[in-house]
Amino acid sequence: MIPNEPKITPELVAEHGLKPDEYERILKLIGREPSFTELGIFSAMWNEHCSYKSSRLHLRGLPTKAPWVIQGPGENAGVIDIGDGLAAVFKMESHNHPSYIEPYQGAGTGVGGILRDVFTMGARPIAALNALRFGDPTHPRTRHLVGGVVAGIGGYGNSFGVPTVGGLVGFHTRYDGNCLVNAMAVGLAEADKIFYAKATGVGLPVVYLGSKTGRDGIHGATMASAEFGEGAEEKRPTVQVGDPFAEKLLLEACLEIMAAGCVVAIQDMGAAGLTCSAVEMGAKGDLGIELNLDNVPCREAGMSAYEMMLSESQERMLMVIAPGKEEQAEAIFRKWGLDFAIVGHTTDTLRFVVKHKGEVVADLPIKELGDEAPLYDRPWTETPRQQRIDPASLSISATVPGALERLIGSPDFASKRWIWEQYDHLILNNTVQRPGGDAAVVRVEDGPRALALTTDVTPRYCEADPFEGGKQAVAECWRNITAVGARPLALTDNLNFGNPEKPEIMGQLVGCIRGIAEAARALDFPVVSGNVSLYNETFGRAILPTPTIGGVGVLTDVEKMATLAFKDSGETILVIGATTGWLGQSAFLYEILNREDGAPPPVDLALERKHGDFVRALIDEGLVTAVHDVSDGGLLVALAEMAMASGIGATLIGPPAGMNPHAFWFGEDQARYVVTTASAKSAILKRAEAAGIPIAKLGSTGGDRLNLPGERPIIVDALRERHEAWLPIYMGAGRM
Amino acid sequence: MKSAVILFPGSNREGDVARAIAGICGTKPNIVWHADSELPPGTDLVVLPGGFSYGDYLRCGAIAARAGIMPAVHAHAAKGGLVLGICNGFQILCESGLLPGVLVRNARLRFICREALLRVERIDTPFTRRYAKNAIVRFPVAHGEGNYTADAETLRRLEGDGRVIFRYVTASGQRDDEQVLNGAANSIAGIASEKLNVLGLMPHPENHVDPLLGSTDGRPLFESLASVLERA
Repeated sequence: MIPNEPKITPELVAEHGLKPDEYERILKLIGREPSFTELGIFSAMWNEHCSYKSSRLHLRGLPTKAPWVIQGPGENAGVIDIGDGLAAVFKMESHNHPSYIEPYQGAGTGVGGILRDVFTMGARPIAALNALRFGDPTHPRTRHLVGGVVAGIGGYGNSFGVPTVGGLVGFHTRYDGNCLVNAMAVGLAEADKIFYAKATGVGLPVVYLGSKTGRDGIHGATMASAEFGEGAEEKRPTVQVGDPFAEKLLLEACLEIMAAGCVVAIQDMGAAGLTCSAVEMGAKGDLGIELNLDNVPCREAGMSAYEMMLSESQERMLMVIAPGKEEQAEAIFRKWGLDFAIVGHTTDTLRFVVKHKGEVVADLPIKELGDEAPLYDRPWTETPRQQRIDPASLSISATVPGALERLIGSPDFASKRWIWEQYDHLILNNTVQRPGGDAAVVRVEDGPRALALTTDVTPRYCEADPFEGGKQAVAECWRNITAVGARPLALTDNLNFGNPEKPEIMGQLVGCIRGIAEAARALDFPVVSGNVSLYNETFGRAILPTPTIGGVGVLTDVEKMATLAFKDSGETILVIGATTGWLGQSAFLYEILNREDGAPPPVDLALERKHGDFVRALIDEGLVTAVHDVSDGGLLVALAEMAMASGIGATLIGPPAGMNPHAFWFGEDQARYVVTTASAKSAILKRAEAAGIPIAKLGSTGGDRLNLPGERPIIVDALRERHEAWLPIYMGAGRM
Repeated sequence: MKSAVILFPGSNREGDVARAIAGICGTKPNIVWHADSELPPGTDLVVLPGGFSYGDYLRCGAIAARAGIMPAVHAHAAKGGLVLGICNGFQILCESGLLPGVLVRNARLRFICREALLRVERIDTPFTRRYAKNAIVRFPVAHGEGNYTADAETLRRLEGDGRVIFRYVTASGQRDDEQVLNGAANSIAGIASEKLNVLGLMPHPENHVDPLLGSTDGRPLFESLASVLERA
């Protein structure tokens, strides 16, 4: 008889985030009323965050395979072959809800969680990235969140010792009540030495490693599966507290016992802690697990079974240890000053049995805990299409230089130096391309191989047309990797949306996933890991649909890497890809005309591939000196970024006859790159013509200003000053 | 030359400095565990690397300064042996009394990872002999607590004895104590012991040794050590 204290009431069930029909499902599954601890276990396993119950059905449509994919979704992280017997292990994950409640710890533990996912697989983390979205800068909470999130990411990653090499930061009023913190980590492992969660062998010890278990983070994953309303701050106790020092020790100890051959299976304790990790190891290996909580290292006395099973204390791991290796494993952990405790063993019963103080507090079928989680085919409606905007219909008073100056100094486009200078982006001595380029480039060991890494999404496009927006996020990520000369290999997706129980939100999720799937398939850029964050809503207002894409590509010779800065005066500037002047959902429309309407630019995936492959070949052959992808802000923003990065100006040729100049300079047509060349202009033009790729001369580099026909010159230094000024001033820190 | 890099729990730039030494000086350093009590026999150079020893949850470097290996490091220094402390290593040297003063939170209370310009104040030391006189060099900094502070008497003595080896300067090569990136007194980035055999500095020469990564200004520091120790 399992004791039941407190009594299970409909209110208690609801507090656990379980709907009445979900509770019925539990009753049917186990044939009796669950114990309090069991109810907690179900709530941990069946919440949106852990079960993907609203998204699972649609995620099946994502392409996940390629010859270079070693492990796709379903493990702690994705694994791809990058050549030379090495593998890149990577994933992105959100920590949105906790970061809004407690930005420093929420963001820090987001970084900690994703690093753990990577080293759980036997990989040493070599780079971290992130994608951050905050509310309108004038919202009273925004500055506090920016400061706290950035300090939290830096505080964790810097101490752990991983370079934070890239990311994106955006602002929009729709994130006023829900900021987004998406953290990505990339690790390096030998391709034949990857570790998995799947347990094998009956009667083997299940070992608890790392920090002690405390009362922090209880119900964290359940909290992250609900909307915010009044009193979101009161949820602060559900946020975990990070200890990067403990994580660093855990990393070194784990890699050491893996190398010593002690590990059969390993799973980190992330969301839903001990519960989720134990169930996953057993279920994946078709084994039962029996835990004895009396042996769990606790931070404080008197913790109940319920608390231990649901704690999300950080920096903990669960492992199945190889027979006879317990002593060796323990010695390694003790050396690093970490807890090591045998807390259970594998069984052949397929039951998940939890004992505490001599009593059985949970006894559940282990496979069904995961497999029988609710799966919803939620109703959804298609987002209504918007009309294409005719530039001639716009009344524009800003001059082209004036509009550029406003754009370049606006929150979304302003330099993020104030942020990335708080991240150690140089540790490990491999950061070949630092923050500020199209993609970060990190050398692999002593080279010449390197990885190109980036995170991308344009939420405005996704809101207007989820399918095209989903496509565009993948295409832009692929383009950024291409623009540094790398071959894009695979991606991780972090899908951030509102409440999926609303058909229009569900429609955004479905549309974006379909768009991602189509682009990933067309570009041979499979999805190998990911994370879904739903219920990003406050008082019924949802965030913009934000499917962040994190991409990994490989450069076989890092010496050939391209950067976006102009290199010298007197070089020819070319644009590859057609410019039609597409202003719908553009940054120009948003920043200059205060409008967010029109259809977003369509993404022709065949052209993306064709143009990208063309540019990559030019880089590989050394025919171009600078390369930059054209994304939001259009041609002139791209050119300004190339000028500001170098201090070299340019004299530019205006739009073709009949084209509105604002549309020409600020339109956001896709599949475009700006390149410069010192001496290969005619060769490049000839090749483009032969391949049927639109290419046009934009001007030539030189001087200290951007000269546009018929417009006042734009001084590059003054533009850079505007570009660098906004964020430090906003954060109240002056110019430093 | 025989070198030892001390590995404390939470050290994280030991690999960077070991790689720089191996690549420039030609011999791989021994990685020595903090809890050991002896340095490998014949050690010429001891390096205390960057990182967050013990999480830096107490004063930076305070716990590491009391690690099992530190008496051996003191003995090595007392014999005139060379000791190099970078970033957290500099903090540990100060906390252990091998160098005077202390490193506190950056003046703007934020971590800073950025390239800094430094002037090499003297080149008659085992760490700087391969630099040009008054050279201006570019090393990255990556620290939250690099604000060097000492009492007025100590600062006067350091300056009087010429023990400030690296100093932050502005783009024009001038010292500007008001604008110094972390608030350090007298714009101090690195100081040496009286006998010039112990050097502590906040910036990271080991991260600027490869042209692919943007600068090789850190190389002469390791070349200096190699040239001093090559007979050893």
